[in-house]
Amino acid sequence: MNKNYFLPLAAVATAALLPAMGFAQEAEAPPAVTDEVVWIFNSLLFLIGGFLVFFMAAGFAMLEGGLVRSKNVTMQMTKNVALFSLAAIMYWLIGYNLMYPLGDWAIEGYFSGLFPSWGVMEPVYLNDMGLEGADDAGYASTGSDFIFQLMFCAATASIVSGALAERIKLWPFLIFVIVLTGFIYPLTASWQWGGGWLSEAGFSDFAGSTVVHACGAAAALAGAIVLGPRLGKYKDGKVNPMPGSNLALATLGMFILWLGWFGFNGGSQLAMGSAADIADVSRIFANTNMAAAAGAVAALILTQLFYGKVDLTMVLNGALAGLVSITAEPLAPSLGLALIIGAVGGLIVVLTVPMLDKMKIDDVVGAIPVHGFAGIWGTLAVVLTGGYHGEAALGTQILGMVAIIGTTFVLSLIVWFILKAVMGIRVSEEAELEGLDVSELGMEAYPDFTKG
Amino acid sequence: MKLIIAAIKPFKLEEVREALTSIGVRGMMVTEIKGFGSQSGHTEIYRGAEYAVNFVPKVKLEIVVADSMADQVVETIQTTAKTDKIGDGKIFVLDVASAVRVRTGETNDDAL
Repeated sequence: MNKNYFLPLAAVATAALLPAMGFAQEAEAPPAVTDEVVWIFNSLLFLIGGFLVFFMAAGFAMLEGGLVRSKNVTMQMTKNVALFSLAAIMYWLIGYNLMYPLGDWAIEGYFSGLFPSWGVMEPVYLNDMGLEGADDAGYASTGSDFIFQLMFCAATASIVSGALAERIKLWPFLIFVIVLTGFIYPLTASWQWGGGWLSEAGFSDFAGSTVVHACGAAAALAGAIVLGPRLGKYKDGKVNPMPGSNLALATLGMFILWLGWFGFNGGSQLAMGSAADIADVSRIFANTNMAAAAGAVAALILTQLFYGKVDLTMVLNGALAGLVSITAEPLAPSLGLALIIGAVGGLIVVLTVPMLDKMKIDDVVGAIPVHGFAGIWGTLAVVLTGGYHGEAALGTQILGMVAIIGTTFVLSLIVWFILKAVMGIRVSEEAELEGLDVSELGMEAYPDFTKG
Repeated sequence: MKLIIAAIKPFKLEEVREALTSIGVRGMMVTEIKGFGSQSGHTEIYRGAEYAVNFVPKVKLEIVVADSMADQVVETIQTTAKTDKIGDGKIFVLDVASAVRVRTGETNDDAL
């Protein structure tokens, strides 16, 4: 994710893009990888990573749809489609430039300008000009980078929707999404991945345990606090579970997220133009998979020990927590260490879901434990290996987390309070009991009594 | 005519239907229901919090038969639906004032 992180690209600089065949055959050294080939492969990694991370939007939708009650499923699906689409527009309009100043800061290291350039793609007829027409001939196409980064921004907003399900009004939520994806996320992400002050300070977050996941969780936590718990969730000092409508959908959602994570972490290698890069991408895939598996197994064993029975919803959360935990450093650990990092993520979820309930913070799908607490663990766990550059220190990891989580939380809290004061963020008691599908949208996900 | 209402265990439905058709019952209404009796409920755990499930799932049969058949139907349901474990269900018998077949307008015993 870090644009400053350029691995040495093709060491051999070739003046001509493609050497004539005859010369290539005569030369004793094997044909060098040309700049154009590197450019193509780097762009390809972004594109593959981009559509994999895009599919995580489907994963979030299914997970959340399965974990809310049937009377709120249409609303949850509506929010997921709408938030992704709004994120796509806002990231183009403001976010991408705010996040990647490319050295052109309004306030050095802290704040990029908002709209110096809306152009995020090369010209259509790049073919006529060859590689010289590219924005960044030594790296990758700008369009591929834009689409890849956009998916991360949308994922941040998806995290928020699950935590606030079943009681928030549609439009205030969408307005929050606009602010989060256009401004808050790109701002804090620029400090790290845009080459801002946190990356200068040595903070290390490979694919976004803090930058994406804990950021989304901080926004969700602020929202959950301002919004309050669902009616009847905490009564007479007891927690009243509200079982989800469809655990098959929730499980499908978890597997889709797991799949998408290969793009999330693997794509964050940001380069595929050399054997070294593709070896790293492979290593990242293996570690990512291992951490997810370990998180799921940890939750499986722990819920059996704690409650006498396995809790599927916790196992789903455990796998996702394993994925979030490895996201800050999926490259450097060995498979054995990835297993430990992921398993601790699963442990954190099993412990913190009931803890949030004790604090009467109602997080419908476990977004805050999975993306927040496991995200913090993952960011700290970078210290175990020192990160891909081998220099990550505990102090700077903590600094990065405090800066990003703290800023996101405070800004989100302010936005939620303003929305609450201006238009109200919570549906009426009657609407909540009736279900948001009927009261807010007038459309049921499962219409049992209709004209045959 | 008698209306026989029976609440039985869901997995016994097919067995009871077969037994009833074999003694000549030609129709019944079936509904999935929840309720409680001496079996009461049980507790489940969801995301670390325990909760009581006070209603257990049952299947409700509603069968209208001629007076002469009522005892035999009740006995058949009772013997077929029985598992000797708590929660096997209940059978109620009520009088029916009249019956009409929608297609032909036939009434009472002819309508069954």
